[in-house]
Amino acid sequence: MPSLKSLKVRITSVKSTQKITRAMKTVAAAKLRRATDAAVAGRPYAERLEAVMASLASKVTVGPNSPKLLAGTGKDDVHLIVVATSERGLAGGFNTNIVRAAKVKADELIAQGKKVRFYLVGRKGRAFIRRTYPGMIVHDHDMSHVKNAAFANALDVGRDLIARFEAGEFDVCHLIFSKFQSALVQIPQVVQLIPAAISQPANDAAPAASAAVEYEPDEETILAELLPRNVAIQIYRAMLENQAGFYGAQMNAMDNATRNAGDMIKRLSIQYNRTRQAAITTELVEIISGAEAL
Amino acid sequence: MALHFELVTPEKLVRSEDVYMVVVPGTEGDFGVLQGHAPVMAVIRPGELTVYSNATTVTARIALDGGFAEVNEQGLTVLAESATIA
Repeated sequence: MPSLKSLKVRITSVKSTQKITRAMKTVAAAKLRRATDAAVAGRPYAERLEAVMASLASKVTVGPNSPKLLAGTGKDDVHLIVVATSERGLAGGFNTNIVRAAKVKADELIAQGKKVRFYLVGRKGRAFIRRTYPGMIVHDHDMSHVKNAAFANALDVGRDLIARFEAGEFDVCHLIFSKFQSALVQIPQVVQLIPAAISQPANDAAPAASAAVEYEPDEETILAELLPRNVAIQIYRAMLENQAGFYGAQMNAMDNATRNAGDMIKRLSIQYNRTRQAAITTELVEIISGAEAL
Repeated sequence: MALHFELVTPEKLVRSEDVYMVVVPGTEGDFGVLQGHAPVMAVIRPGELTVYSNATTVTARIALDGGFAEVNEQGLTVLAESATIA
């Protein structure tokens, strides 16, 4: 049985851990609000861009002369997987889920006989991917100095990706990130980044209505202008969603940790009190039997 | 006589208001958009966008770092990568 002193020390240490986890939870909750605000603020731009792209793409016929970002390289051999994770841990299964989704996708592609390469954004996926797929990481984008992802960061990644694409490093590019559903639910998602996957307008009325639209310069030029922007905006969205999801997951994980610490304190306190009482009882018994012996 | 004008950057919705006219720096030259303008989609060059509250008053000058503009029945939407209000 542990001594009274060692129990007391353990209770104090668990209490201070609980203080830390509780503080982290509070901080994560505050940051979560800011991150969701940013994600919501970024939505109108992404939505409009997507609408415009869809209406343009329905007009432009994909041919050998159309932009490569839309039509692809015509091959399907080398796949680049962009894995966007968070910069820090202590967020439960958040990063594990993203990395696992990346692994599923990679294994599926490898099984089809494709070549797979990784491009990492965020620090937390590095160790696992380096271990599981040695030598397959082409680039590791360091974001550890960035506190809140700005569009400029996404632009950097986007430009780098496009440069690599144009250099013929890969044919297809997938982006993996965690979609922010709610503070409790984050769903890892795989999005095809290059060639652009454009959703066709659902109803036929939309293209008919915009048929009278004038284009300045022409459709192809606008589309060529828009496609790289679309890559950047998708990455930006992934960063924002990841950030919001990360804080959500962290808040959740820290809430659990605080509760576990509370349970542990309760259990240790009971044990401490029992031990104390046992010691007192033993002492009393000793005194009484000592007195009787006299 | 009001034109609905929206300026959106990836980070936020910068402006959403009713104005008289907006002069947009297009790649093929500046163009003014008033209410009832024909639908247009245009690429913007880095330059200055001016907002008029009536025919003579300029209410805002906004520096844009490229982007693109869309005019439809609802009004004018400018998608810019960055916008600095001067």
